[in-house]
Amino acid sequence: MTVSSTSRQQEQGRFITVMKDILVRPSGRIGLTLVLFHILLALLSPSIAPYDFKMQNSSLMLSPPSSEHWLGADHLGRDILSRTLMGGREALLVTGIATPLAVIWGGFIGILFGLVGGRVDEVLMRIVDAFLSLPWILKMLVLIVTFGTGIGVLIPTLTFFYGIPVIRVARAATHDIIARDFVWAAKARGHSRISIIWRELLPNVLDTLMVEGAMRWSWMLLAFSSLSFLGFGVSPPTPDWGLMISDARGFMSFAPWGVIAPVIGLSSLIIGINLSADALAKALGIDRAQKAPM
Amino acid sequence: MLFMLIRRVLLGGVTVCIVSLIIFAGVEMLPGDACTQFLGEYQADEELLAQCRKDLDLNRPPIDRFAEWTQGAITGDLGLAADGTTKISTIVGDRLKNSLLLAFCAMAVGIPLALLLGVVSGLWRDRLPDIIASTLAIFAMTIPEFVSATLLILVLSVWLGWLPGIVLTSAAAPASEFFPEILLPVIVLSFVMCAHIMRMVRSSVIDVMASDYVQMATLKGVPYWQIVFRHALPNALLPAINVVALTIAWLLGGVVVIEVVFNYPGLGRLMIDSISDRNLPVVQSIALIVASVYVCVNLAADLLTMIANPKLRTMYMRK
Repeated sequence: MTVSSTSRQQEQGRFITVMKDILVRPSGRIGLTLVLFHILLALLSPSIAPYDFKMQNSSLMLSPPSSEHWLGADHLGRDILSRTLMGGREALLVTGIATPLAVIWGGFIGILFGLVGGRVDEVLMRIVDAFLSLPWILKMLVLIVTFGTGIGVLIPTLTFFYGIPVIRVARAATHDIIARDFVWAAKARGHSRISIIWRELLPNVLDTLMVEGAMRWSWMLLAFSSLSFLGFGVSPPTPDWGLMISDARGFMSFAPWGVIAPVIGLSSLIIGINLSADALAKALGIDRAQKAPM
Repeated sequence: MLFMLIRRVLLGGVTVCIVSLIIFAGVEMLPGDACTQFLGEYQADEELLAQCRKDLDLNRPPIDRFAEWTQGAITGDLGLAADGTTKISTIVGDRLKNSLLLAFCAMAVGIPLALLLGVVSGLWRDRLPDIIASTLAIFAMTIPEFVSATLLILVLSVWLGWLPGIVLTSAAAPASEFFPEILLPVIVLSFVMCAHIMRMVRSSVIDVMASDYVQMATLKGVPYWQIVFRHALPNALLPAINVVALTIAWLLGGVVVIEVVFNYPGLGRLMIDSISDRNLPVVQSIALIVASVYVCVNLAADLLTMIANPKLRTMYMRK
């Protein structure tokens, strides 16, 4: 009882230290502000958007910014401001669910196989390598074309494929810890595998997994918006930045505002997540500089 | 050393085998087959369907067909596309050549630039050149390729009119005809590539410059530039090999979106088109090619690192 309450206090103390450390850095402050702003916007945008996002008005087609429509209208005469404000909702919803799920399943498998080791581990890593050697877009498109688009397909697809690289990271982090004395001690005390994973490995791998999760979030968002851009993501008339950019691209020469507004929305969110992830990594003392793209 | 080398090559081979198995199994599991696709609306006719399956040899067990497909793939014969008449190797050949051209140009621009910028910003850490280069790199790495590509088209081709914004050359045209249309895609690709490599080189230059032997050399009175070129850079650039390899591998996938944006007739666009048309044999072949290239590039990087790093080399020799 006392042990658990002190450890909880320590946990809270650590959380506060880490948060302070993130907020001291300019990248952390800017990043977290951007992310919070986008989350709030996603929650509130249906009530603050000035017009209905799917209302078409042919007299306004491709009209430039005006006092009624601050950012003009798109090729179907829909208000760009309203669509831009709401354009991140789907993306945040899908990636917000898929990222934690991906980190959980990838992290669990990675820790488990890192602990078990041996031949099983070797075989699993070959399969992971094989998956990683296929371009992400190919893997996803095959599934999406088969099962159709929509949230019901996108979330499991993203969860599955973005969990695979997490396996690698979790396994490597486990290997670093597994040789330490306290793991040996736990083994010698006769603890079960689950208990070793839960009490010895997980607390030590958690930092790495959190940073990895933050990075995966930004990559997942990139993948999601790219899929939307290619026409395999959300279906119209749902407002989505990727889709909006793809739609407005053809009219770019005389209606550039249709491209610029969603570009700013998407870029600010992704940059916000990246800056936060960077600050988190530094606050937790994890060097991410050597991470390569995936 | 030799043992290590053989092991690496074998592991690469195993990975390609697993990939081909995944691809084949994945395509097998998809609902429908080449015949339901090929016959389209006529597929309700059971007799036609059966006849077609017989013609295309689809009634044999999957294992047999997998063996045949792999055999063909090894000898360069990728079989026929879903329409049953065109050879995949001819469709894919031109596209592969175009994608390689694009990748090669991007590497030729991106890698030297990245090394230069990385060294400069590593040596002048936290000063103006570093701040500018690092900020640009963060933008390049985070903003999706289709966004930066669209913005570049908007600025360089729509507003300024300097470069053509879209590729209109046909797939079979010789490489020389892609200029100057290829320039914008090359700029976008090398921009992103450059950012990843630059960040890596920068951090490794910083690490090496803070190391004991550089300090030792400074204390001995070795001139600064001699330290940089003789002592620091050879060690700092070594880890870059692996990042370059990973970036090239990324290029194979990331290039897809860029090819679509610029309407470039490469392997990536062929892939998207084939997936949309459900031309599965072509998808299979592209996946196999891309995965093999990925494995080869990584293998080459590992070997290069081993050859270039005496520490690793002797470690394996002693073993």
